[in-house]
Amino acid sequence: MAHEETVYDALDHAHGGEGQWAFGTGFDDPLAGVDTTIPDGVDAADLGAYCLMLGDDALVLCQRLTEWATRAPELEEEVAIANCGLDLLGQARLLLARAGTCCVLGRSREHATDSIPDEDALAYFRDVDEFANHHLAEADGGDFAQTMVRLLVASTHRLALVAKLRESRDPVVSAIAAKGVPELTYHRDHAARWVLRLGDGTPESHRRAQVAVDAVWPLTADLFTATDVELRLVAQGVAVDPADTRDEVRDVLTMVVERATLTVPAWPADRPSPGRAGEHTDELAPLLATLQGLAREHPAATW
Amino acid sequence: MSTLTDPRAVAETVTDPELPMLTLADLGVLRDVRTEDDGTVVVTITPTYSGCPAMGVMRADLVHALHRAGFADVDVRTVLSPPWSTDWISDEGRAKLAAGGIAPPGRATKHTGPIPLSLGRTMRTATCPVCGSADTEELSEFSGTACKALRRCRTCREPFEHVKEI
Ligand SMILES: [Zn+2]
Repeated sequence: MAHEETVYDALDHAHGGEGQWAFGTGFDDPLAGVDTTIPDGVDAADLGAYCLMLGDDALVLCQRLTEWATRAPELEEEVAIANCGLDLLGQARLLLARAGTCCVLGRSREHATDSIPDEDALAYFRDVDEFANHHLAEADGGDFAQTMVRLLVASTHRLALVAKLRESRDPVVSAIAAKGVPELTYHRDHAARWVLRLGDGTPESHRRAQVAVDAVWPLTADLFTATDVELRLVAQGVAVDPADTRDEVRDVLTMVVERATLTVPAWPADRPSPGRAGEHTDELAPLLATLQGLAREHPAATW
Repeated sequence: MSTLTDPRAVAETVTDPELPMLTLADLGVLRDVRTEDDGTVVVTITPTYSGCPAMGVMRADLVHALHRAGFADVDVRTVLSPPWSTDWISDEGRAKLAAGGIAPPGRATKHTGPIPLSLGRTMRTATCPVCGSADTEELSEFSGTACKALRRCRTCREPFEHVKEI
C-alpha cells in the first residue's frame, strides 16, 4: 500500500507516477473533461490558429510581466504584476490547449516528445516565426512607467475583445473569454490607476509616463486589422473583428491619458499585424529563450 | 457497493489547498458529483481564476479522498462555463473565511456589454476580521493568491486579506 501522505504524493498518484509536471503545467490538462467538439461549419485549422493568436498575446505578455519578479518598486506591486501575469498564463494555457484540440501544432511536435501535452508543446517547442502575438506583447518592458502603459493598452484591447467573444459560437472560446473578463477588468483598472498616478505625479514621473505613452502608442497600429483567419471566423460567428474594438479602445485610452495630464499622441495608421503573420522584432527571441530553455534542454524533467 | 458512503459526501469534505478553512463545496468550486452506471464517480469542478495553480492539487485531492473511501474509478472533469463567481461561496464558507481572518467578498458586479473603467479608489467595503471595524482601506487589489486583495483596518491598524469580488 503506497503512502500518500503529502499533496505531492497525491499528485504523483493521480497521474500514474509519470510525474510529467516539470514546467508547472504538464500535470493537469486545463480542458480535462471539457467538450472540445469543433462546432459544425467551423474550420478547425482556423479556430486553432485564432486560439494561438489570442493565447500567444497572453503567454508572451505574461513572460514580460514576470521579468519584474524581485525587481518591482514595492512588494505589493510585485505581487500585483505577478498576479496579472498568472491570470494571463491561465488564459494562455486554456487557449493553447484549445488550439491543441484543433491539431494546429506546427513544427512543435518535431521537437517535443510524445509524453509532452499539446499545450506544453505549443508553448515550449514552437520557434519564433510560429508565434502569432502582436508586437505589443513582446516589446521590451522598459521602465515601470512603460510596463504600466503597455499593460493598460494590452488589457484595454484584450478586455474589449473578450467581452465580445463571450458570444462566440465556439463554446470553449466563449467560456475562456467569459472567465477572462473579470480578470482583465482588474488588470486594466490597476494599470489605469498607475498611469494616472505617474502622469499626475512628480515632474520626473510625468516625464517618464509621457515617454512611455509615446513609445507604446505606435504599437497600437497592429491591433485593429483582421487577418484572413479572423475574417473567416467572424463570418462563422466564432471570432470578433478587431476593427470593432477600435473605438472603445481609443476612447478608454484617451480618457486615461488625458486624466493623467499627459498628451495623447496621434493614432498611428492601422496596418496588418506582422506578429500575427509570424514576423517578430528582435525582442521576442531572447524572451522565448528564457521561456523555453529549460523545457528544451530537459524535455522529460520532473521534480 | 452498499457499504460505501455517498461519494458526494466524501467529495464535500475535500478542502481548498489555498484556503484550507473552506471545502471545495463551500467555495463553489465543486459543481457536481454523480455515479455512472458502471460505478465510476464523476466529479465536476470549475477553476476560480483562469490561472488557478491549485486545480491539479484539487483534482488529486478529490481522487485521493474518493479512492480512500473505496471508490476505485474516479473521473474529475473541468467545467469552464458559467465562470466561477465569488457569489457562489456559501454563507457557511463566508463565516469560515471571517473566522479564519479573511474578509469574505461582497456581491460581484456583472456586465454583459462593454466593461466600464474604474479610475477612483474602489468602492468596495470589507469589515475587519480582527476587530470588526467597518473602517478599512484597500492597499492593493492583488495579494498572495489570485483571489484575494490586501486591506488594512484603520481602527486596529492590522492588515488583512479580502476575497475580492469576481
Ligand atoms: Zn480592525
